[in-house]
This record gives sequence, structure tokens and C-alpha cells, in this order.
Amino acid sequence: MIHPLLAIDVGWGTTLAIKTVIVLGIVPLTALILGYTFLLKMMSHMQSRLGPMDPGGFHGWFQLIGDGIKFLQKEDIMPGEADRRVFALAPAIVVLSTFLVFVVIPAGPRIRVASLDSVGMFNGVGVFYALAVSSLSVIGVLMAGWASSNKYALLGALRAAAQLIAYELPLVLAVVGVVIQAGTMSLQGIVSFQQHGALFGFSGLGFPLILTQFIGFAIFMVAAQAELTQPPFDMPVAESELVAGYMVEYTGFRFLFFFIGEFGTAFAFAALAATLFLGGWSVPWVHGTAADLLGPFVLFAKVMLVAFLMFWARFTYPRFREDQLQAIAWKWLIPIALFNILLTGVLKVAFT
Amino acid sequence: MRREIKGMLTGLGVTFKTMTKPAVTVQYPHEREDPAPRARGVIALKEENCTVCMLCARSCPDWCIYIEGHKEQRPPRREGGRPRSVSLLDRFDIDYALCMYCGICVEVCPFDALFWSPEFEYSETRIADLLHDKYKLGEWMETVPEPEPLELGAEVKGKK
Amino acid sequence: MTTTDLPSPGDLPEIEVDPAAFRHLADAQVNVELDTGDMVLNIGPQHPATHGTLRLVVRLDGERVVSADPVIGYMHRGYEKLTEFRTYPQITTLINRIDWLSSFANEVPFIHAAEMLMGIEAPPRAQYQRTILTELSRIATFLLFLGEMGLQVGAITPAFYGFRDREYVLNLIEAVTGGRFHPNFNRIGGIKDDLPWGWISECRGVMDKVLRSCDEFDDLVVGNPIFEKRTRSIGIIPQALGAAYGVSGSNLRASGVDWDLRRDGPKYLVYDELDWRVWTHPDGDSFARYWVRLQETRESARMVLQMLDQMPSGPLMAKVPRIIKVPEGEVFVNTENPLGEMAYYVISKGATGPFRTKIRSASFSNVSILPWLLRGAYVPDIITILASLYFILGDIDR
Repeated sequence: MIHPLLAIDVGWGTTLAIKTVIVLGIVPLTALILGYTFLLKMMSHMQSRLGPMDPGGFHGWFQLIGDGIKFLQKEDIMPGEADRRVFALAPAIVVLSTFLVFVVIPAGPRIRVASLDSVGMFNGVGVFYALAVSSLSVIGVLMAGWASSNKYALLGALRAAAQLIAYELPLVLAVVGVVIQAGTMSLQGIVSFQQHGALFGFSGLGFPLILTQFIGFAIFMVAAQAELTQPPFDMPVAESELVAGYMVEYTGFRFLFFFIGEFGTAFAFAALAATLFLGGWSVPWVHGTAADLLGPFVLFAKVMLVAFLMFWARFTYPRFREDQLQAIAWKWLIPIALFNILLTGVLKVAFT
Repeated sequence: MRREIKGMLTGLGVTFKTMTKPAVTVQYPHEREDPAPRARGVIALKEENCTVCMLCARSCPDWCIYIEGHKEQRPPRREGGRPRSVSLLDRFDIDYALCMYCGICVEVCPFDALFWSPEFEYSETRIADLLHDKYKLGEWMETVPEPEPLELGAEVKGKK
Repeated sequence: MTTTDLPSPGDLPEIEVDPAAFRHLADAQVNVELDTGDMVLNIGPQHPATHGTLRLVVRLDGERVVSADPVIGYMHRGYEKLTEFRTYPQITTLINRIDWLSSFANEVPFIHAAEMLMGIEAPPRAQYQRTILTELSRIATFLLFLGEMGLQVGAITPAFYGFRDREYVLNLIEAVTGGRFHPNFNRIGGIKDDLPWGWISECRGVMDKVLRSCDEFDDLVVGNPIFEKRTRSIGIIPQALGAAYGVSGSNLRASGVDWDLRRDGPKYLVYDELDWRVWTHPDGDSFARYWVRLQETRESARMVLQMLDQMPSGPLMAKVPRIIKVPEGEVFVNTENPLGEMAYYVISKGATGPFRTKIRSASFSNVSILPWLLRGAYVPDIITILASLYFILGDIDR
């Protein structure tokens, strides 16, 4: 198999190994970058304070790495009555779903880990795959709550699962509008649609789908916020005010997995939003190998912008009560998303 | 609905505005914010004024001042007078592990032997080291600030 | 003693329980499948949501509270016993620590009681400075409340704003008294020291900052629809019931009772010389309690600005002997502390210290309404209600 980027002939095993290492390395790295920039620094400045300044010397960049090392060297405690295998597997499944989403996000015209462009008779299934795989974390949460052999952890996990499942629907429905307009489910196809699209007749500037799919973007952001159990939707995790959430019995590196899962998934959702609505790795007038080199940075910049919005809302708003949360999903987001699909379909047929 | 959306957006605006302004953190120990001159940091002892009257030890709510003294004879000031007896301090300890920083001792001292100083960085690793003896208390005298001027309309001149 | 025309306990309203309020989308399934029955939840002495060591033993039916019992006493320090063996200046130091967030306000009724027994009155300049410091402590403790109630409801940012703005007020108090939290500044007959040079202009600047900070809280918390959803109609205290339980202060004013001891009680500081108003809210829910305290913070800042303009010059202490022996007698003084109504009943037998002091603290009565208030509440609403009642454990347990 010829490695498309470097035009060197390496076997598929080596390619697989390289791709595995890249994904395994990138996910914690992105979790780290997001965690540091937004959780430590942006949150601190929004609260009129500085955040960590000493670790590492320059504005505390080493803080999260130090935290990671601290977690790794902690004692591995498991509750006596816990289901050992399920207890150990649960954080792994949560992180697994993050890794699987990263597999399909393109970072350049030829840079992606797996291309799902033609699978069977479908003209690309990238979006379908990404959304399906991101819901695996629900199982991880339920496993964590069940295996903790703690009545309150179980209740917290059930509540979290209810929230996550409820907000899957708006997430998916918001993306359907994008798919209708772009005409393909392949992520690469959607990016190239946005790159080569025509904005009011000007064909050089590209056509980020957020301009027409702004309703979808808003719904996607709200649903992503809920999928990540971030404020204002963090009742499952902020139950630690009253009873600890589903993560109560987890310490050490198992908790580190949950943490990486949370911020890695934040990066993954932000990357999905950037790809679907903002144009992903594409800048309108750059093509070919230059796009390969520039793509990852452009994608990173767009992801940081979307993540900024997500974390900005996180630090500003109080949290919803569980029933209010469900009401928002079922009574507001889904009808609006369905209306968005209707509108997109009608306008697409009318203007083609 | 419009009111609610406006409410959400103004909230976002407040946090964004705070983010753009500089942070208020004072990075102690690299930077320091000096407390007010009247701040009750530590009590300093001027040993030559003390007459071992024990008023401070008696009035302390926590009984954290330990005083021992003895009397000595001094020669008479004038010819033909009788020798004076002076009380001298053997031991004047303030236990800062107990001290409430209320200031009653400083206030009741009739001879102006105790002063407040805003010095606050004297934490120790052992609790026993928090018992400051009279030499250490005498060292704190260097940090006692001058009595500061008062606001207009004040009748009482200066402070102790 | 004060006369009161509050509604009498005889007109307690019929408590209607609305079954529609207990419907919860996800709960029915959970209840059936998990068969939770009556679960006992111990919101234990150590908990981030209770302000100190309060223990709430809560019986839950799924997510609804069936009964709630507060267990107090984890912080009992024996204040009333301590006062039997201390002199008046020593007691002034100790009672700072009853309600440690607004500590100056704890001293005032006690010193006023001693002055009433001695038959002396502090000179006007001292009265003005006492009032200013009391209002500053009120602002300090309410800023903390405004921040941390946002925190309990889920927004992490207001807490930091509350603490940041509180620092300015505490620095002011430190510049005058020497202590940020525990001023120990009142003396029988007046106050200890006068204001340092430059304090008045600094105070004006800080009050402007406080007013702007209240506007910030208005935008960030009160205007937030999520906060409104979490706090409106949560923990409604009916007027008559609140009065019957002895709930006082902003909690009662948030239920619509127009009662403020600064205006309606016997005169103890210079409030009758200022132009101010009492804020009430008709709803009586957690939102109303937050709103009333926000308005009271603004009102206190305006009062301080007025007092800075009006401050008379003159002596600070009345003529009192060196060793103060308070004559025999008993007196009851109640004042409007930030947390509610605080009262001291002092019995003196002519010694340098009181014979017996009874301390009526506001939070003790405020917390007594919790078993009634928490019935039928959801579990997240317990936190909201606890935060909105704003009690301090030192005040409950003394």
C-alpha cells in the first residue's frame, strides 16, 4: 500500500501502527491543551484571577502534566463489593469512544486516519459513524455507576445516562440539516463542499455551512454541551454537592481516564462542529499540498474557537435541574431541529 | 423569550468583560500587598517601659501571656533618699498559638510597653516555636509603624 | 422591649400540597425499577453545601424529600458560659466570632446593652462610625452570599466576584480597626480609635465599586433565566409561618413582611438620621431572598455614602471610668444583623462582667423552618434552599 502522503511504500501494518500511535498520542495531547487553555487559564481570567503560574515557570503550563503524573502514582482502590472487571473497563470504554471519533476527522485533504468515503453503497458515512461512536460513552457511564456498588453512584449514572440519551437526538438531528445541504455524509465531502461552495455567487470564498445552518449550529452546541455533561447541564457530575456522581469510586489513573475522556470528547465535538459548520481544515484559496501542511493548524484554530464558545457558556451559567434539562431537550431542541430539517429540505429543493 | 435570551447574553458579556480586564491576583510570595499600618499582625514589647504590673496578662481572654519578674533595688535618685525598688522582667512570653489578636493587652497597658505591628510573616513549622520570648518581642519593635494622622473631625490626637 | 404587629401564629395558612408539582419525567421509571422506598440521605456535617457543620438527615422517596431533620450543635462553643467568666472587653472580642462573616455587627447589641445598663450614650461621632462599620460588615457578608448562592446553584464564576469585591471592604475595615474579620472595635461608651487619614475618600471609592459589583451580579445571576428557573417558586416561606417560626431579616422581608429593626425597633444607631428604605419582595421564594439581599447591599452602600457626608466631628468616647463595673440590672437589646435579628439579654450584678448573657442568634430560628420547608422538595432544591436561607453555623450553634 502506498502511503498517500509521503509516496513511500510501507506495508499496511506499519501504516496502522503509525496511525494508532498518532491517535493515541493526539487525544491526551488535545485534552491537555484544551484543559490548560480553557479550564485553567480562561476560567481563571473570567474570574479575575491568574490560574496556575508557577509549575513549569511560564504561566504554569506544566500544571496538567503534573496532575496527570500525580494521578498515575496514586493507589488503585476498588470498592470491596465492586464488579472488578466492569469497574476497570468502564473508563476504558469512555475513552475508547473518544479515540474512535478522532479516527474519522480529517485534518487535510489527504490527512486522515481512516477514510470512510465509500462503504458499500453509501457515498461516505463519516458523519454517521462519528455520531454513532460518540454515544458509546453512555455505556461506559452506566458501567461505572453499576460497578461501583454504591446506590448513589448508580442513581447518578442513571441520571447521566438519561441526559446523554436524551441529547443524542438533537445532536443527530442538527447534523441532518448539514448533510442535506452538502449532499454527502462523508466528512471530507462536507469540507470540500464548504471549500468549493459559492457564496451568493462568489465562488472564491467558500461557503461555511454555519451561514445557512445557524439553527443547526446552535442546537449542536447546546447538545454537545449536554453530551459532555458540562454546565449548564452538569447535574450528573455536580451531584457531588449532594451525593457524588457516577465517578465517585474512581481514583488515580482510572479517574484520569475519565478526565481525558471528558476533555478529549470536548475536542472531538468541537472538531466535528468545526468540520461540519465552519469548514474544517479548509481555507478557501489553498489547495493541494499546501492545504495538507496548513490544514491541521487551521482545524486547530477553528476548534479552539468553537471550544471557546463551549467553555465560555460553561463558566457563566448555573446548572439546570434534571427535569428542566429533559424538558429542554424534548420540548424545545428536538422540535426546533425537526423544523430546521424541514426548512433545509424545502429550501434545497426550491433552490436547486 | 426575548428577555431570557437577553439575560443569557448579558451573562456571557459579564464574563467576557472580566476576562479582558487584568486579574486581581497578587502573586504571593513573589509580590506582596502590604496591610494597613493599623493591622494587627504581631505584638511588640518595649521592655524598658514594662513595670511587670501584670495588667496585660490578667486581661487577656486566652491567658496567653506568661510573665515572671523580680524586684531589684536601685540607688536613690537624690541624696538622702531611700533606695527605689524596680520590677524587672525575667520572662515575658506571648504564645501566638493561643493569641486571638484582640488587642486588649496593648490597650490596657498603662505604660505603653506593648505595640501593634503589621508584620504577619512569622509562621513556624513547630507550634512550640510560636511562643515568642521577650527578646523576639523586642525585635518586633523595629517593625512598629509611626502613629498615623487621623481624619478631619477627630478629636483624639494620635493613637497609642 | 419591642411591640410587634406581625401576624399571630393563629392565622397559619392551610398548606396545600400540589401533586402536579411532584411529577418528574425520569423518576417514575426509576422508582418502579429501583424500589427506592424511603432512602435516608445524610447530608453530613462535612459538606460543601451546608455553610459549616450542619447535618441534615433527609428521608427521600425517589427524588422527593419526605422529611428532613437538621442536627445542629457540632460547633457549639459555649458562648453563654464563656461570658459568665469574662469582662466586657474580653467578651467583645469573643462575640466577634459568633457570626464570623459580619463580626462587627455582633458586638453592637452587646455593647449597647452594657451602655443602657450604665445609662450612658456614645457620642454622635462614635455612633456614626459604629453604623458605618456595621453597614460595611453587612455589605461584606452579603457580597459573599451573592457569590456563593450562585455557586450552590451551579455557576462557578459569581463566587469569585463576590470574594474579590469583598476584599476591598475587608481592607477598609482593616484600615480602621486593624482586623479584617474580627474588629473588636466597640468599647463601652464609644469605639476604640478614629478613622485614619484618607479613609473617607477610599471608602467612597470602595462603595462605588460595590455598587458596580451589584450591577454585575444583576447581569450575571439575577438576569440569568437558568438561575430564575432554579430559584423561582423554590422554598416559599409563607408570611405567617415565617413569623411564627421566628425567621427574621432578609428571609422574612423576602416573604413580603415589611419589618426591619433598624427602622421599627428601638433606636440603637443613627439609622433614623439617614434616608433609606426597606426592601421587600412579595414572593417568598429563593429568588426573592437573593433579590432582597442584593437590593440591601446597594442600600447599605448608599447609606455609607450618606454617613460619610454627614459625619459629625467630636469625641469618640463618653466619659467612662478605667475599670468598668456595670451597675445591676437586666436589659434586652435586639438589632438587625445581616443574618436576621440578633438579641442579647444581659443580666448584670454589678461586676466587671455580666452575670448571665442569653444570645438569641438569627440563624438558629432561620434553620428551624427547614423541616417544614424541605418537605416535598427535590434533592437539588435542598441545596438551593439551604443557600438562600443563608445561615452561618457559628450563629446557629454559638
